[in-house]
Amino acid sequence: MKRETLQSVLAARRDKRPLALATEVETGEQALVDGEIRTGDLVLAGAALDAVRAALAEDRSGMIETEAGRLFVQVFNPPLRMIIVGAVHIAQALVPMATIAGYDVTVIDPRRAFATDARFPGTTVLTDWPDDAMTGLAPDRRTAIVTLTHDPKIDDPALAVAVRSPAFYIAALGSRRTHAKRVERLAEAGFSDDEIGRIAGPAGLPIGARSPAEIALSVLAECTAALHGVAAR
Amino acid sequence: MAGNDALNADFEQVLEQAARWREAGKGVALATVVTTWGSSPRPVGSQLAVSDSKEMIGSVSGGCIEGAVVLEGLKSIEDGKPRLLDYGVSDDQAWEVGLACGGKVEVYIERVD
Repeated sequence: MKRETLQSVLAARRDKRPLALATEVETGEQALVDGEIRTGDLVLAGAALDAVRAALAEDRSGMIETEAGRLFVQVFNPPLRMIIVGAVHIAQALVPMATIAGYDVTVIDPRRAFATDARFPGTTVLTDWPDDAMTGLAPDRRTAIVTLTHDPKIDDPALAVAVRSPAFYIAALGSRRTHAKRVERLAEAGFSDDEIGRIAGPAGLPIGARSPAEIALSVLAECTAALHGVAAR
Repeated sequence: MAGNDALNADFEQVLEQAARWREAGKGVALATVVTTWGSSPRPVGSQLAVSDSKEMIGSVSGGCIEGAVVLEGLKSIEDGKPRLLDYGVSDDQAWEVGLACGGKVEVYIERVD
């Protein structure tokens, strides 16, 4: 690998820009495909270039057979995102866990007593109202959303944006009773059964979690199952 | 959804460390899992970087073949040639560097120039 290639990959990652690296595994020749731009010593055109672009679009690294040879395509996508609503005790456990698992984490809580740097060192914490903050963050299909306050004033506006976004995982903390009431409120507010049905509630896998760390673990486990399209419960 | 998302954090760490070693004037090789069969412990795209001071970051298995991959990486730093290597239970070297889990992986090793 040329040093410029490595630098380009790292630069794309810093800018959160998707990128594919194609390697001809016999010769070691490489090409970077970054949107419309292709650079590197590996000549890629026609079907081979299309195949690399398809792998990038589908976020699928692997070997492909092309007329340009046997190519390994490595897709570098920006990190997954997790938006956590509620700068509560469970969030203090979930933030580092999700970070280790590779998520770019943002915490939203308009209550400034909770949303302090001291409680969330090094984490992006927004104190806007959740609907504004969520709209600004524009959740995409690589985003997970977890509400933790079980305060309808804070959770509901976030969920209202979440269920109409392509987020791959939406979860709301709260007991079954709390969740049943939440479902009622959202239905009254005009959300469809399909939209409300996207919310995993109560949040997390049933692993008997009690402490904040255990609850964070159960939520991250359920989120992982959703990411990989596995029915975990 | 995508299978390699969870690797993003790893990529960054391994590649950034590889770049730092290069900047410090060290020889560096990068190993990447390019194909897997059966129950291999690390998915396609997993990476390991090795420096000529025998430092290592990342992984391409659950620790089963890292030793062998590091040695091949050091050879790549020497001769500049890329290598495509198979590891698995059906390998001749299975006793020494096979995957205890019964899986098979193909690892691509290249020097960072």
